[in-house]
Amino acid sequence: MITILDIGMGNIGSIVNMFRRLGRDATVASDPGGISGATRIILPGVGAFDEAMQALERGGWIAPLEHAVRDRGIPILGICLGFQILGRSSEEGVLPGLGWLEAKTRKLDAFPGLKIPHMGWNAVTPPRPSPLSRHLDPDARFYFVHSYHVVADRDEDVIFRTTHGQSFVSGMQRGHIMGVQFHPEKSRKFGMALLRDFSS
Amino acid sequence: MRPRLIPVLLLSRRKVVKTLRFEDPKYIGDPVNIVRIFNGKEVDEIVILDIDATREKRVPDFRHLAEIAGECFMPMAYGGGLRSLDDMKQAFRAGVEKVVLNTAAVEHPDLVTAAAQRFGSQSVVVSLDFRTTEGMARVATISGSRDTSRDPVSAARHMEHSGAGEIILTSIDRDGSMSGYDLEMTRAVANSIDIPLIACGGAGSLDDCARVVKEAGAAAAAAGSFFIFCGNRDAILVTYPDSEDLKRIGLIEDENNSARRNI
Repeated sequence: MITILDIGMGNIGSIVNMFRRLGRDATVASDPGGISGATRIILPGVGAFDEAMQALERGGWIAPLEHAVRDRGIPILGICLGFQILGRSSEEGVLPGLGWLEAKTRKLDAFPGLKIPHMGWNAVTPPRPSPLSRHLDPDARFYFVHSYHVVADRDEDVIFRTTHGQSFVSGMQRGHIMGVQFHPEKSRKFGMALLRDFSS
Repeated sequence: MRPRLIPVLLLSRRKVVKTLRFEDPKYIGDPVNIVRIFNGKEVDEIVILDIDATREKRVPDFRHLAEIAGECFMPMAYGGGLRSLDDMKQAFRAGVEKVVLNTAAVEHPDLVTAAAQRFGSQSVVVSLDFRTTEGMARVATISGSRDTSRDPVSAARHMEHSGAGEIILTSIDRDGSMSGYDLEMTRAVANSIDIPLIACGGAGSLDDCARVVKEAGAAAAAAGSFFIFCGNRDAILVTYPDSEDLKRIGLIEDENNSARRNI
């Protein structure tokens, strides 16, 4: 069962509905008990880094998630802020992240004529094939809304790069732990292809 | 940035309606069903406007908004009844990507500034409705029911300076008429601001959409009736051109020139 975590950081309806549209069984976990039957986990999130970590802590999510992802090897996909908190830390906050990806999050650099947050449709370039790019359309564009970006320790973990003034990491994968900076659930058929790849 | 073609859905009593010159709302269908139809098309963005909220002095129906946003597989902008930063925060929490301010922005430009600072100007859209009486174009608020003394050009500049990320300019006279955009006013406003201008009101054909972008300088063409009615105001058919259509009229770049079809 694909399990979407509802940690109270934004509307997860479109993620749930996109999986349903794909004909996949998807369920929402509003508390840690909900992840026991998970075969794949989605960690969404919009908002601030520390707020999300506090929400995980307060909801008692961290130990059960550690068990599911680290001990049982259940694949996880972090989306947007959910991607950033898979890393160790962020310039946006003081709390440590989950630390499952060897990465940290920084503020996007300002460039003349380019706005922050980076908001809108943009392309991704895959430096290497990955489980998330199996059906990537060469013309694919994804929808971004963010002011911070992930910096990977190792290039080999990077699966998508995007340019907004600077080139930044828009997707990472290390084994079964994956994250994307954009919103597949708001990227219509391109996002649907990516979620289909994640879930198969 | 490639030009955009944006469906605008009007909400009244939780239903999608379509107006004619901002009056005579005609029932079209359930918003969730219509959004689902657009999900299957190549729509990059959708605008949803509650046309009753401000007039009825009520806050948006955030629960209904969350329901619609949860069915929407593309970014969504919402307007109607947003009067404070807290209202906007709730709209973002309900899952919208942009907020659209109209009456509140014209009456309190400071709110636009505060919203742009808090949420980023890219997520703050100001919608200006205007009608032309005896050759004078004037902005109207509260779903077109209150005329102001502002002309659209100066109002748009003011909104840009206040922090708006985009302007939607709607001709009340053309609304629902499918008789073509007001190219003259669109051009006048587009030439006087640096932020993207979304033209609305009057689209009746893809050629109209192409013309407002190419001839009047709009960054995007928005439409209601054109995507909803088939032929006249009686036959409802939710449609959206496919990318081949858009390439044919030059609304999006054909990225693969060698494969350009010979039509």
